[in-house]
Amino acid sequence: MSCRPRSKDRLAPKLLLLSSRSAAAVSASVLLLAIAVVTLEALPAILDIGLWRMLSDESWHPSSDRFGLAPMLMGTLLVTLLAVAIAAPLAVVSAVFRQFYAPAALGGLYRRLIELLAGIPSVVFGLWGLTVLVPLISRIEPPGASLLAASLVLALMILPTIELISATALADVPHHHYLAARALGLSREQAVWKVVMPSALSGICAGTILGVARAAGETMAVMMVAGNVVQFPESVFEPVRTLSANIALEVAYAVDLHRASLFASGLIMIVMTLLAFCCAEAIAHSRKSYRVGRT
Amino acid sequence: MRVVFRFSTVSIVSLLCGAFILNVLPVSVYAAERLMVTGSSSVAPIALEIAKRFESTRSDVQIEIQTGGSARGIHDARKGLADIGMVSRRLEPAEEDLIGHTIALDAVTMITHAKNPVLGLDRSQIIDIYTNKIDDWSQIEDFKGPIVVVNKADGRSTLEVFLKYTQLQSDSLESDIIIGDNEQAIKTVSTNPLAIAYVSVGATIYHIENGLPLRMVAVDGVIPDAKSLADGNLPMIRELNFVTAGAPEGLAAEFIAFATSPSVADILEDFYVLPPAK
Repeated sequence: MSCRPRSKDRLAPKLLLLSSRSAAAVSASVLLLAIAVVTLEALPAILDIGLWRMLSDESWHPSSDRFGLAPMLMGTLLVTLLAVAIAAPLAVVSAVFRQFYAPAALGGLYRRLIELLAGIPSVVFGLWGLTVLVPLISRIEPPGASLLAASLVLALMILPTIELISATALADVPHHHYLAARALGLSREQAVWKVVMPSALSGICAGTILGVARAAGETMAVMMVAGNVVQFPESVFEPVRTLSANIALEVAYAVDLHRASLFASGLIMIVMTLLAFCCAEAIAHSRKSYRVGRT
Repeated sequence: MRVVFRFSTVSIVSLLCGAFILNVLPVSVYAAERLMVTGSSSVAPIALEIAKRFESTRSDVQIEIQTGGSARGIHDARKGLADIGMVSRRLEPAEEDLIGHTIALDAVTMITHAKNPVLGLDRSQIIDIYTNKIDDWSQIEDFKGPIVVVNKADGRSTLEVFLKYTQLQSDSLESDIIIGDNEQAIKTVSTNPLAIAYVSVGATIYHIENGLPLRMVAVDGVIPDAKSLADGNLPMIRELNFVTAGAPEGLAAEFIAFATSPSVADILEDFYVLPPAK
């Protein structure tokens, strides 16, 4: 895991070590500070309302003292899962295509495109969703702004994340595994799906979970297309509100307990993201044996 | 893959870092002749123009304007984080500790898509639409399709104006889409022929003049045009206020006096808001 260069030149590595250590310390302390402030701001809500009421209150009307976060927790989960369900298969197949099927020139071009997709700001996706996707869905089933619209926009946003990590995972599998499989008479399909894929699976899973984490936290694009009605949706055409959209919509106008409950929902999201990252780490480490002997 | 993890961590952390520095920095580090004005995003563009003109008359002054909603205006003025708070509604009884200075009046109106043939609605129809008793345009006009009711998030001042006009409670509204500010409402309605929303007239006229397919619906027979705006007898009107903790002093007092003087009349006109009633 760690491979510190043992160079004969003494000063440079020491400087590098010092600067990277202090950079890491600063980053970590800022993050801890952020979590501490969010926790502190959320404290009144956790103490006065209580986590149980936040989950069990029947609706979200902070002005009339009802603080039910459950519909929005559900909204976040549904939007995220649906987005991943759409994006992950596409991303994995596209990574396989790029690694094993595409001619070198086309594959390179394709990678640039995916990287470009990863770099587009979320608000641009939101704008596209609002002006193109929502009216399109509205023609099938009004109002258009819906769970489906949010999931599709999110799927587009997390697709490059999953694709790039999956492709890296596939490339990490030693090429001689593939060659050996082919030499034993397996077809390209068999070699790819039965030999290379199982070895790359942990990396692909980790990429997918990273996509989940990004999808769950995405705010702007989702807020623009999800409709933001606080409810348990009965179909994919109904609007939903996610926790992050709720914070963005209301924090500017929130005071006292309302504000604190928004911070509490922020805390819930931090915990969710943390869990997702832990899962990703665990999976990435669990099947390491496949990676030995990288050439 | 670890590289990707680290990159995402680094970018998240640096974003957080930036946000923190912006929030934590006390106003007091700014120079003495600076005026901090924060709050409502509806008031901010008008305040910005007024500030520009004020600065051109006083070379030694810098006015800083930041948005964050009326609640932030109230909060910052109270806590002394800003010299002046911007609030796009009348002050409530619980806010008696602050002094309001009305700089303009902003009308709120109902808008639909330009393709929608409905030209006017009265109060009871609007109530029925927002409580889902009327749920299809065909119940009003020869126009088929379910009504897409656009509503604002809790706490927005246009929502408060709307609730006051309809005498409804916010939890009895049946919405299809909930959005934050006027711009989003306008964007939503301009892309959806079935939608209806209530928005600030100033923001709407600007977008209609720039070619967005919107229509301001006559409410109780009144269309917000130059004449009805001048008469000021529109059914939904909100105050745009500067608020201060206690009587304003020094530079803040000068700026407020300037903002409520006739020398900004043309700016108010540009934003389609009314000068405050004397």
